[in-house]
Amino acid sequence: MDRHTEERILELLEKDAKLKASELAVMLGLEEDDVSAAINNFEKTGIIRGYHALVNWDKTDDEKVSALIELKVTPQRGNGFDKIAEKIYQYPEVDSLYLMSGRFDFTVMLRKATMKEIAHFVASKLAVIDGVQSTATHVVLLRYKDRGFIMTDEEKQKRMMVNL
Amino acid sequence: MRDFVNDVIKGIKPSGIRKLFDVADEMPDAISLGVGEPDFETPWHIREEGMYALQKGRTFYTSNAGMPELREAIAEYVKRKYKLHYDPKNEICITIGGSEAIDASLRAVINPGDEVIYPEPCYVSYEPCIRLAYGVPVKLELTAETEFRLTPEILEAAITPKSKVLLISYPNNPTGAIMEQKDLEKIAEVVKKHDLLVISDEIYSELSYRKPHVSIASLPGMKERCVVINGFSKAFAMTGWRLGYFLAPKELYGSIIKIHQFGIMCAPTASQYAGIEALKEGEADVREMRTAYDERRRYLLAVLKELGIPCFEPLGAFYIFPDISQFGMSSEEFCEKLLKEQKVAVVPGSAFGDCGDKHVRISYAYSLDELKEAMERLRRFVTNLREKQA
Repeated sequence: MDRHTEERILELLEKDAKLKASELAVMLGLEEDDVSAAINNFEKTGIIRGYHALVNWDKTDDEKVSALIELKVTPQRGNGFDKIAEKIYQYPEVDSLYLMSGRFDFTVMLRKATMKEIAHFVASKLAVIDGVQSTATHVVLLRYKDRGFIMTDEEKQKRMMVNL
Repeated sequence: MRDFVNDVIKGIKPSGIRKLFDVADEMPDAISLGVGEPDFETPWHIREEGMYALQKGRTFYTSNAGMPELREAIAEYVKRKYKLHYDPKNEICITIGGSEAIDASLRAVINPGDEVIYPEPCYVSYEPCIRLAYGVPVKLELTAETEFRLTPEILEAAITPKSKVLLISYPNNPTGAIMEQKDLEKIAEVVKKHDLLVISDEIYSELSYRKPHVSIASLPGMKERCVVINGFSKAFAMTGWRLGYFLAPKELYGSIIKIHQFGIMCAPTASQYAGIEALKEGEADVREMRTAYDERRRYLLAVLKELGIPCFEPLGAFYIFPDISQFGMSSEEFCEKLLKEQKVAVVPGSAFGDCGDKHVRISYAYSLDELKEAMERLRRFVTNLREKQA
């Protein structure tokens, strides 16, 4: 299977993880066995890390929020940023962690936390890690777009019947 | 009071698509696979250019033939894509969609009684437009056996001393048929031999799935006897902007543009600005949409095969045209039943000419989710039909 086809399988699954290997095979003009093998391989090698539903929690009664925390740290000799990163991502509260270029080093994403939990996490867990110089916490007020999907209810124009 | 209506208008039947879909519209959970327009919205950067034009107050008429910058962009585009060379100054005109271009071209060349030959099944407007131009429609009935491609033999057999125009549209609505270079070369020979003009509606030219589209005007000796119609609706998902164009040799251009300038003045200005952006920056969008259509096309073909409904492989546009003759009813009856029993609306093939009656048109300009649900319902429908027939 060429690289382009593999990428297309990944793109389609990233958009809709419910697509079955048989459906992907038909859509891409491939054999089902080949698609299954490719997907297995993606899973084994960690290219596919999981299959998740993209939930818009803003539409539920859930009152928890998401927060983005900027973190400035002093890299440690020999380990660079990795050692600190490891300490941070081990916390179950952390949804995502990115090393950034620019005026701070890490972005820590928390999802589904109360303000109290966020405050506690930042003050008593993050800020006290060796090497952490400063934190800046931003609360997500509204999620307009997440992982490529628009989360607000857009008004769609109904397609009208024309003679075509 | 006198009957004021023109006799030609009286003779024109209303479109066969409408009836069923008025019913479907009243059913809240019906799935309609009837609309012949992309399900994608116009790409954002193109929409933005249209909005920017309005914000900047670019709200005046453009010249009749359209903005020079857009015409130049079209010249560049058709040269790159279809090896066509047209002078933006006097061979390219921007119109209100491809439809206006077809109408104006026909009216510019037909004298009352001239015969216009066109293959069927075809887009529902061709026959009425020919009649409205006081021409005589001469249909060529094509079948799935020839993959709905026009053959030189079929064309030659229809030619009379009154034949003047051959009107073709590939990739085709409703069949999804295409014509390859070798097919077009043979047609071009007949056209030249009998001194015909070709009006070639190439609105689906960007939706060709295996090989790049070939325009008949790009063949030797054909440019001077071709009017090429194209537009932005299908390629760039810009149906509501109403933006199209025609390419015509200098000798014809002046006559067609008379109809355009006196009837229409010019295409909407904001749409023209959006069109420039589409041609210059829209290549990736077109590619992305074509890929998605192709995947859906393959999906539908596989389901139809599994259901035992024969269907030739369409290689263009976004329609599939399966043969439903095994069920022993007219296409209209089949569609009515399918809508009533499973709430899926597809278009009877008869809407595109009598020879389409063995078929139905399914548009795949719908999301994969909608198509999956519709195919599930179609599966139930044909299973029930077969049980009843057994």
